[in-house]
Amino acid sequence: MSSAIRVAGVTKRFGATQALAGIDLDVAKGEFFGLLGPNGAGKTTLISTLAGLARPDSGKLEVMGHDVQTDAMAARRNLGMVPQELVFDPFFSVRETLRIQSGYYGLRRNDAWIDELLANLDLAEKADANMRSLSGGMKRRVLVAQALVHKPPVIVLDEPTAGVDVELRQALWRFIRRLNTEGHTIVLTTHYLEEAEALCGRIAMMKAGRIVALDTTANLLQLFSSEATSLEAAFVRVMRQAEAGAPK
Amino acid sequence: MSGFPTLLQREVMRFWKVAFQTLAAPVLTAVLYLLIFSHVLADHVRVYDSVPYVAFLVPGLVMMSLLQNAFANSSSSLIQAKVTGSVVFMLLPPISYVEFWAAFVLAATLRGLMVGMGVFLATLAFTGAAVAAPLWILVFGLLAGALLGTLGIIGGLWADKFDQLAGFQNFIIMPLTFLSGVFYSIHSLPPFWREVSHWNPFFYMIDGFRHGFLGVSDISPWFSLAVVGLCFALLAALTLELLRRGYKLRM
Repeated sequence: MSSAIRVAGVTKRFGATQALAGIDLDVAKGEFFGLLGPNGAGKTTLISTLAGLARPDSGKLEVMGHDVQTDAMAARRNLGMVPQELVFDPFFSVRETLRIQSGYYGLRRNDAWIDELLANLDLAEKADANMRSLSGGMKRRVLVAQALVHKPPVIVLDEPTAGVDVELRQALWRFIRRLNTEGHTIVLTTHYLEEAEALCGRIAMMKAGRIVALDTTANLLQLFSSEATSLEAAFVRVMRQAEAGAPK
Repeated sequence: MSGFPTLLQREVMRFWKVAFQTLAAPVLTAVLYLLIFSHVLADHVRVYDSVPYVAFLVPGLVMMSLLQNAFANSSSSLIQAKVTGSVVFMLLPPISYVEFWAAFVLAATLRGLMVGMGVFLATLAFTGAAVAAPLWILVFGLLAGALLGTLGIIGGLWADKFDQLAGFQNFIIMPLTFLSGVFYSIHSLPPFWREVSHWNPFFYMIDGFRHGFLGVSDISPWFSLAVVGLCFALLAALTLELLRRGYKLRM
């Protein structure tokens, strides 16, 4: 299997908190992969170590075969990330924001793709509006556009639909699905489990810095078929089992 | 292609978009200093025998404005990006820590030079355009802007909140600037304070810069150049190491 993402034995501690307690994970090229877990499970820390925003205490991470620490520039070029927090640069308009982000990746004539992103994310009318004037949902979509502006082969979305209304959420997923069918690898964290169920081919469930379940979405549903009719029910069951088995 | 030109462009666009605050306001402040201090002190402060006090004051004010604005540019840009979280947009792309440093320092130097030039032009009405050695002006202007831009990165990295950065500015940058001979020659100080001034690197930036305007200075511009160059090299090395480690940027 050719990996888009490879994580091997990754640990990360913040003071007394073991945020990642030995994560091993492979995501194949072209997969639509879900990362689920309650708040504080370590999903964002794992994504941050993958993006180079956090440094693991031990272990190894690769993006498209590039080590995120020893070959950081190539790893970052291959990754696009939508951060969880609704952050924006208040000095610039939407188009300026995207041009700047594009330039950071060395792409200085990228307006055709920027226009396509603006159209697909329903932002074309706001292209010249300052970031401060946008609603929360619009800012979220600009974050998605920023992550996609350099057409990365691997796209990580950390709760990208939080605060986005239903119609726009569906439009966003249509676009992300299209990118997936065009070959982009997608890693998604979300609290909307029905989204993960509908979109992800494979899912890892995390709790207390560990992966407690990792399988195809179909298998996860089947494993718990006696008591679970949805991913949400399966998720609750896995979390309960993990809690019962956790060291006290 | 590298992301460096865009990061530099972004840093310049940031201060240019609020030029009223970042360029015009400091020029006005410096002109007010000139009006008040030249009026109050002209007959009381004696500097080099042949140099009128206003002619002595102008290079000091130009350099003081340059220093403060170079520091303000890199430090405020960084703390704003950290506090709002938008720094993530600069950390995710393949921009090396050397490129990051260079973009912030060059933009800070540019803003410092623009403000310095603005102050100089605004003070022409008071002093005329006496420039004895323009190369010294250029060398010290560039070095001082780069040094304070670098110091601004350290301040911006270290501070977690705006008030911490204000403390850095008010308790370190301002005293070092005001006690460096902007408004007086250190030869007019008592021996103890004259000796203390020699330990202030800002003194050498202002004295060397002033030499470019007046052709006279408290000490040799070559010695000042050596001190300022050494300070810049040390601060640049420290800043690059902090950025390489991701100090307060990468968890």
